[in-house]
Amino acid sequence: MTTKDIIKPENLVYGKTKLMTENQMHYCPGCSHGVVHKLIAEVIEEMNIQDKAIGVAPVGCAVFAYNYIDIDWQEAAHGRAPALATAIKRLQPDKYVFTYQGDGDLAAIGTAETIHACNRGENIVIFFINNAIYGMTGGQMAPTTLEGMKTATCPFGRNTELNGYPLKISNLLAELDGTCYVTRQSVQKMASIVRAKKAIRKAFENSIAGKGTSVVEFVSTCNSGWKMSPHDSNKWMEEHMFAKYPLGDLKDTEKVHTEAK
Amino acid sequence: MAKFKGAVVVNTERCKGCDLCVQACPSHVLGLADQVNSKGYHYSEMKHEDDCVGCSACGYVCPDACITVYKVKIQ
Repeated sequence: MTTKDIIKPENLVYGKTKLMTENQMHYCPGCSHGVVHKLIAEVIEEMNIQDKAIGVAPVGCAVFAYNYIDIDWQEAAHGRAPALATAIKRLQPDKYVFTYQGDGDLAAIGTAETIHACNRGENIVIFFINNAIYGMTGGQMAPTTLEGMKTATCPFGRNTELNGYPLKISNLLAELDGTCYVTRQSVQKMASIVRAKKAIRKAFENSIAGKGTSVVEFVSTCNSGWKMSPHDSNKWMEEHMFAKYPLGDLKDTEKVHTEAK
Repeated sequence: MAKFKGAVVVNTERCKGCDLCVQACPSHVLGLADQVNSKGYHYSEMKHEDDCVGCSACGYVCPDACITVYKVKIQ
């Protein structure tokens, strides 16, 4: 049997989801953003919620996300995506509202919005791409940059005495009563991609069930910012990032309502 | 035991030659082409077509969604 005989529609096992547009993504070759975009699009298609999903795009590399996933999008000011998502979800409670943010957007300029949206227990989903660097602006130090990691603004490595410690914001958010599901995933291997997809689906289901805020963190690579090849940066992430940001569920509960008397 | 045979189709214009699918393939089927696409990337292609088992690992890790995988069962 030749390759030509195999390539028939009935033998298809994996392909691009229809929700991903034909636009070529502007991300660098090997960027984790592409995989996460693909997973979100696949989950939305499988749950058949294309008409009900509203994404809030951040400022950062994913600012053009509306070009790639064929759903409704809204662009937020830098770091304010959870605040905007709060408004959308409160006005249209039957919609699946999610934000898609990087570490500079969520853990630096938008820390207050993130923490308060999670503390209020808004029924939104927050997708958090943690690549420990400011990718779009050229690889500066982010709050999540590892100790000793070299970036453009800490060329001798992050010095904790001068720059403080890496911010484990997902652990912080897991402490809040408003969050129902906080998990940390990665997308570098087939098995981890399958697990990440399950987490995305669960987060969307929590959102519509009104359980509280779901946070899905993706420990990701930024091979351009880290100045490594895509494969090397995946290996570097497994060796260094996972030690500081261990994968797995940090929280899986339901928020408890207290009725006003 | 039933054996599987697969085939991979790469959207060569969409591919950015990041090499992740080549590294992810357990059967070492894929490789980067000598030619480049219109953007100048060495796109991914099947180098050893007979070894493909259609596991879709390449498709899962592809950040640019340019891989389609087909699979048949061989009796």
